[in-house]
Amino acid sequence: MPSMSLFLSQLFNGLATGLLLALISTGLTIIYGTLGVINFAHGALFVVGGYAGYTVYGLTDSFVLAVAGGSAVALACGLVMERGLMRKYYSRPPEDQILVTFGISIILVEIVRGLYGGVSLSVTPPEWGQGVARLGTLIYPLYRLETLGIAAATLLLLYFVLYRTSLGLIVRAGIEDAQMVNALGINVKRTFLLVFGIGAMAAGFAGVINSPIVALTPDMGFRYLVDSFVVVVIGGVGSFPGAIIGGIIAGEILSLTSMINPQYSDVMLFIAMALVLIFRPQGLMGQEGRE
Amino acid sequence: MRRKLPEMLVGLGLLAAPFVLPALGMSPDLLTRILIWGLFGLGFDLLFGYTGLLSFGQAAFYGTGGFVTAYLLTDGVVPNMLVALVIGTVAAAVMGLVIGYLTLRRTGIYFAMSTLAFGEMFYFMENSVFKDYTGGENGIAGVPPPELSLGFIDIHISSGWPMYWFVAVIFFLGYLIARRIVRSPFGAVLKAIRGNPKRATALGHSIQTYKLIVFVVAAAYGGLAGGLLGLFQSYMPPDAFALDTSAQLVIQTVMGGAGTLLGPLLGATIWLYLYEGLQQVGNLGPYWKLILGVVFVILVTVFRHGVAGALISLFRRRRSLPADIDDTASTRVAGSLDIVPPLSTTRPGAPVLEARGVSKHYGGLKANSDIDFTLREGELHGVIGPNGAGKSTFFAMLAGELPTTTGKVFFRGQEITGIGVTSVCQLGMSKSYQINQLFEHLTVRQNVMIPVLARLRGRFRGDLLSNLHSEHLDSQVNAAIALVELTHHADTQVSEMSYGEKRRLEIGLALATGANVLLFDEPLAGLGPEERVMVVALLKSIRQGRSMVIVEHDMDAMFELAERITVLYEGRKLAEGTPDEIRRDPSVQAAYLGGMDDESA
Repeated sequence: MPSMSLFLSQLFNGLATGLLLALISTGLTIIYGTLGVINFAHGALFVVGGYAGYTVYGLTDSFVLAVAGGSAVALACGLVMERGLMRKYYSRPPEDQILVTFGISIILVEIVRGLYGGVSLSVTPPEWGQGVARLGTLIYPLYRLETLGIAAATLLLLYFVLYRTSLGLIVRAGIEDAQMVNALGINVKRTFLLVFGIGAMAAGFAGVINSPIVALTPDMGFRYLVDSFVVVVIGGVGSFPGAIIGGIIAGEILSLTSMINPQYSDVMLFIAMALVLIFRPQGLMGQEGRE
Repeated sequence: MRRKLPEMLVGLGLLAAPFVLPALGMSPDLLTRILIWGLFGLGFDLLFGYTGLLSFGQAAFYGTGGFVTAYLLTDGVVPNMLVALVIGTVAAAVMGLVIGYLTLRRTGIYFAMSTLAFGEMFYFMENSVFKDYTGGENGIAGVPPPELSLGFIDIHISSGWPMYWFVAVIFFLGYLIARRIVRSPFGAVLKAIRGNPKRATALGHSIQTYKLIVFVVAAAYGGLAGGLLGLFQSYMPPDAFALDTSAQLVIQTVMGGAGTLLGPLLGATIWLYLYEGLQQVGNLGPYWKLILGVVFVILVTVFRHGVAGALISLFRRRRSLPADIDDTASTRVAGSLDIVPPLSTTRPGAPVLEARGVSKHYGGLKANSDIDFTLREGELHGVIGPNGAGKSTFFAMLAGELPTTTGKVFFRGQEITGIGVTSVCQLGMSKSYQINQLFEHLTVRQNVMIPVLARLRGRFRGDLLSNLHSEHLDSQVNAAIALVELTHHADTQVSEMSYGEKRRLEIGLALATGANVLLFDEPLAGLGPEERVMVVALLKSIRQGRSMVIVEHDMDAMFELAERITVLYEGRKLAEGTPDEIRRDPSVQAAYLGGMDDESA
């Protein structure tokens, strides 16, 4: 039987992992909710952000600048993707959208592989993230604790943007009826571009934040893509609160089962997804009838 | 003979390949590998190319078939190679049943995401839970070379050309089966599901069952291909389960051309040949996947149907063949279109379709409130009302498309509230839609075949290997086409027809279900004057043996056609009676003219 402190520490760990997953999934779900597109290149943007952050970190020795740089590069990739290709795909069937974003993900990952090689690169946490934190009896790596805070703060910020600003209002109205919003004289195209950019930036941002925890490899993105799919299927595609709840559930499942038997932690995650598909196919926070 | 042309060409190609392709630098091992991918792709193309279900988790079945077969042979549990292959294939099919049941609960992007996630689950399980059987990261090495025991003689299949012939024979069998499936009634329904799942459901097909079965078939193909991979390499790699495997299959199929069966084979040839070729060219080797990615994005954007699709359309243009002539269909036209006999024989004037106190509320919005409605046997009953009166909502509840908030709907005394459109259609009631719901990429004949198949075969039939055409089917299809006067367009693709012609086909689909109760939602919407006359005449001519409800804005047509009219206003029944009574009813006049609020169209 695992001790109480181990349990607490794993519970905490799960929350940290979960909020990071939530952050990645939020990007995916905002884009889907607004544009109706599932971005299969989301994992690749996560990788692009991580590597760009690695380069900036190496050049400036500032982790804050690394986060900014990684997010900016992912944002730029997102904007180019939307302008160059995705715009032509909004009226095409979802299968085509999946295929083209998947193709883009291959291109992005292979460019990263070409630039940095295939070996894994580890990133040291910034100075302010080194060492451990003591919370009562709990001893916990400081950087992980900080990511928890950073992810939570970013999610709050995104929530604020989506629910408390006029941009958010337009985005949420656009989800309901893009044509109508357009007819009201609001430039939906530009809003779409912005949303796609924000979604991509969320992935890049998470990529840099995550890099001191998990070493960078060009192929790591697919793993996070799969996990964020599981998160949004559990939470409900297109739902912002769903992504957060789904993320936390996924994080806790991974963390708590690995305490008992690490072999089963991934499998349990998929079993949870299967249960949601059986009993609540639209996801925990999803609306009935939306596909 | 022409019908079997593709089969003969593929057979000849497989025979000729060992004599021709080595000249292009293709080794027997490369050709065998291409065939294994091609076999894997036959199943995937049935799933994606024909049914429109984009799965990113096919590796799960490839791996399952491969590892089960390899384990059985290596551990000597099942010494017979063919038996082990069959067990592996069945195991993959069973996994297909489980994963298909789960993932098919949602469509579109949900389906793609959840198949991808479940595919990864198998990868993890191979490496953890089943490590003791699969060897985890090491895979299963030392798969014994295949041996065929024919009773009197044992054949050892060594690597190189013998292995090619062995795999080629299995591929050819797989191809023959896939061709039969595509050309079976089952296959016709698959194409309809891809084109318009909603209408396929409304025309009486239980599309969930069809999807599940084709998912299982695709899994079985994957399992067989995986089993062959282990035999071919004498080694079963854990990569078979990886996302890369599923992705490679998708990419090869799209590049080669989905919906052609041979597309995946062609795509595999391009992929593997490109890979080997680029390794030879200077320092391009490491960038081959980048090049592949760029080629893939271009193909998806510009050539929707891949290389095979481009070749086929080029061939057709040069021979100036129309899109899709079905020259095997009989041309006999049945004297009359069959009508499903009513379950219980009823006398004229008895109620056929009844709504009792039906309401539909959306939150605070009351779209329909407490509507009573009766359609009598043989009657033509009109429903009118200003815009926003709740006609479409009411109609959708009658047709079984929408559940009611309160109230019940009865069909010949049997309650049908919420049993769903498929069951309603099988009972003998069908709806024609206000906005055309057709199978745009199919011909008129193929469209009309879908409802006739539902009538002749019921909700589902697993006739994967039967012939599509029968004298009875074809004559019924022809009769329905003749009824809506589209005979000269029988082999025209629907997307190429005019709006008026599509409108008639829309009605034709409902008629071809054999329904004895028909619901028409604004059959005249958007038609020009001449076509209006034509459709009104058509509606009059089909009354024998059928009862009908029509929602229509065109008042003149309605007063001409209907025997009884129900007027809806603001979600309630305002009036009911003969056309004359309705014309004189002051409340109706007020609703339409007296500026209560809405205008009539």
